[in-house]
Amino acid sequence: MADVPPPPTAPTPQAVTMRGITKSFGGVPVLRAVDFDLRHGEIHALVGGNGAGKSTLMKILAGVYNHDAGSYEVDGHPVDFHTVHDAQAAGVGMVFQEFSLIPTLNVAQNVFLTREARGAAGLIDDREMERRTRELFATMSVDVDPRRTMDELPTAFWQLTEIAKALSQRARVLIMDEPTAALAKTETVELFALMRRLKAQGISIVYISHRMEEIFEICDRITVLRDGRPVMTANVGEVTPRHVIDAIVGRKLEETMTYHPRQVGDEVVLEARGLSTATKLRGIDFQLRRGEVLGLAGLMGSGRTELARVLFGIDGLQSGELLIQGGPVRIAHPGAAMANGIALIPEDRRAQGLILAHGVRENFLLPLLGRLSRAGFVDDAEGDRRTKTFISRLSIQLRSMAQPIGTLSGGNQQKVVIAKWLGTEPRILIMDEPTAGVDIGTKGEIVGMIRAFANQGNSVIIISSELPELLAVSDRVLILRDGAVEQELDRGDILHEEDLHHAIQGVGVPA
Amino acid sequence: MTQSTSPSPVRPRPAIGAALSAFDWRQNIIYIGFLIVFVVFAMTLSQKGFLSSTNLLNVFRQTAIISIMAVAMTFVIGAGHIDLSVGAVAGLSSVTTALALGSWGLPLPAAVVVGLLTGLVVGVANGFLVAVVAIPSFLVTLGMLGIVNGSAQWLSNTAPIPIQDDTFTFIFGSGDIGPIPSLLIWTAVIFAIGHVVLRKTTYGRRVLATGGNSVAARFSGVDTRLITFLVMTVMGLTAGLAGMLFAGRLHSGRFEFGAGAELSVIAAVILGGTSLFGGRATVIGTLLGSLMIGLINNGLTLASLPTSQQFIVRGLIIILAVALAKKR
Repeated sequence: MADVPPPPTAPTPQAVTMRGITKSFGGVPVLRAVDFDLRHGEIHALVGGNGAGKSTLMKILAGVYNHDAGSYEVDGHPVDFHTVHDAQAAGVGMVFQEFSLIPTLNVAQNVFLTREARGAAGLIDDREMERRTRELFATMSVDVDPRRTMDELPTAFWQLTEIAKALSQRARVLIMDEPTAALAKTETVELFALMRRLKAQGISIVYISHRMEEIFEICDRITVLRDGRPVMTANVGEVTPRHVIDAIVGRKLEETMTYHPRQVGDEVVLEARGLSTATKLRGIDFQLRRGEVLGLAGLMGSGRTELARVLFGIDGLQSGELLIQGGPVRIAHPGAAMANGIALIPEDRRAQGLILAHGVRENFLLPLLGRLSRAGFVDDAEGDRRTKTFISRLSIQLRSMAQPIGTLSGGNQQKVVIAKWLGTEPRILIMDEPTAGVDIGTKGEIVGMIRAFANQGNSVIIISSELPELLAVSDRVLILRDGAVEQELDRGDILHEEDLHHAIQGVGVPA
Repeated sequence: MTQSTSPSPVRPRPAIGAALSAFDWRQNIIYIGFLIVFVVFAMTLSQKGFLSSTNLLNVFRQTAIISIMAVAMTFVIGAGHIDLSVGAVAGLSSVTTALALGSWGLPLPAAVVVGLLTGLVVGVANGFLVAVVAIPSFLVTLGMLGIVNGSAQWLSNTAPIPIQDDTFTFIFGSGDIGPIPSLLIWTAVIFAIGHVVLRKTTYGRRVLATGGNSVAARFSGVDTRLITFLVMTVMGLTAGLAGMLFAGRLHSGRFEFGAGAELSVIAAVILGGTSLFGGRATVIGTLLGSLMIGLINNGLTLASLPTSQQFIVRGLIIILAVALAKKR
């Protein structure tokens, strides 16, 4: 761990050398004289809280943004990219966080979009593109049918297609922004295998991620940005996750992720009996007690999200029964769930949680409109009052209540989603991946909110693929597999994160 | 990997920057455009009586029916939908109202009910097909345009049906109360209702939420199907009223009334600053949008441009206005 980046003394040119990169948006500095080095054939983690500047730095390298001051070199040649095409021509490719693929086109058409293979008479030669796409996937050692339409394929394949697209442009430097955010554990393992093969081919990778565990598994070096400044560059072998987290947040965070046994009531607030749906769930039974935090663990496709959707009335039940406070209820739509004191923080905050073009206040008030209604008119004064209360209670950073929510950072957006649902005063809060794409500081705050909410005698069902977080808050964990509850674990029975990993993968917990 | 999808990272900005970014050109261009068009015409056409109260009232009269439909269309587009059948519905309702007053011999209130019911039935059918059967509104209303227009031709044998009832024509568009045309009163009332409903009621907020992101709205407990059904139904009802205003103003019912009006109505809404993709809508903007179209028509006529050239200039002005309103 060093406070200053190592001096650039490498005799051979590095893949990327950035010096004194400075960038402001609207007069606000986002990057302040950042130095960054990427060696040939290394996987270099770039981490930092939301707004630390890591995406901005990489977008400058990828030609999306222009820098204000500083200089950078690729393979020892000074460059200054003005467009994404400039960067691609120099061998720098970026796999965007929000995929840049067209859902209605097929894999090959996406890989060669705007660079289509032409045949006789200048017409597009789909066969040729499919052949070349197949070759690309062969060098990546993955099996994808180039003729499948994107929207038929799971997220993991979108990721692979993005990578193939970059490689098809002979990228030597690959920038990956949160590539595992939407992947299940097994898919992540495959992605890492691919990254190692690319590395062996001499390709350098910048890996932007919030997930410490993955960084320590796959990366060679790590650079931490905080408030637009590099605060640490080190070999991964020489630091611990704790060092890195401390560098990211600039303060100690040790206690936040530690579970403290809690007193849970006996009263059952929600009971599921044999919940089944046409597509996924097969007879799910469980009980949720007053003041309890119940964790749902399982692989992608195990039915966690489907269960949350059913409980909130988004999808219908084929059979089974739900009881709230011991009484049977029918939850046919989200309104009915809300009337029964249930709230859902959905998995995809941009698509399901928020109306990005609308203001913070409009988003916050949406589920409350019914209560703020006076003969059909909205009580705006009361609405403003409640919005202000929650903005300060959750310390959401914003310019004004009318600020379009799409312009907030991911962490602040997620806080608004949480505020929006806490505002409905639920007794049962369902959270589906509540900290996905959120910086570590905010993650700690969200964990704190979950505990505070449960301590007031409310109940929480939390789905998370990040096991440390799941273990930090859950009093009990249900393991789902193929749409059924495979195992129920009391928090006290889970000694290590490993145990939970094994249970999820179906290898069983050593008793 | 061709473009960035996320905007620049956001940090607290200084006050001046905030004030500047708060002034959104797309939201305000209509006011500026309206002012420019008005001033240009006032300076160049004052000799020809552009500024006379008679002429300005005439602009209101000529655009009133489009304006009224544009209010309901603001909700339809704000909810992320479109209705192409409104012109045809107005034509049909002018025919059914004229028939009710004439050959069916119904009393005035019953005839009014017939006219409104005509629009309501089409609106309910549109709403059902869009909200429940989940066919895109563009296709539903494109089909409905043909069905409704054909029905109007069939019912009227393609001939105009005269209206003798002076009370009806007085109320619906021909009369003046003092110096104020009844059409102006209709317009003012409909706009006031539309503005308050969109800005101040839970219904208005839910319409915008549905148009802004229907999935997020549904996840927030908004019954998006009901909202969709309601905006389409109210649109039909309003088009029915517009048809009666055509009938009253022109003392007859004709299937051609309102033909092509859907395009002016949609143009007025979009010029006014409502997003064609939903989620952002303004009734005041719509009022100015339709008045601007009216002013342009009036000014070009006063300038004695031939009709053919009027079409071209009007098209250019609309494209220019929307281009200026685009976010840079």
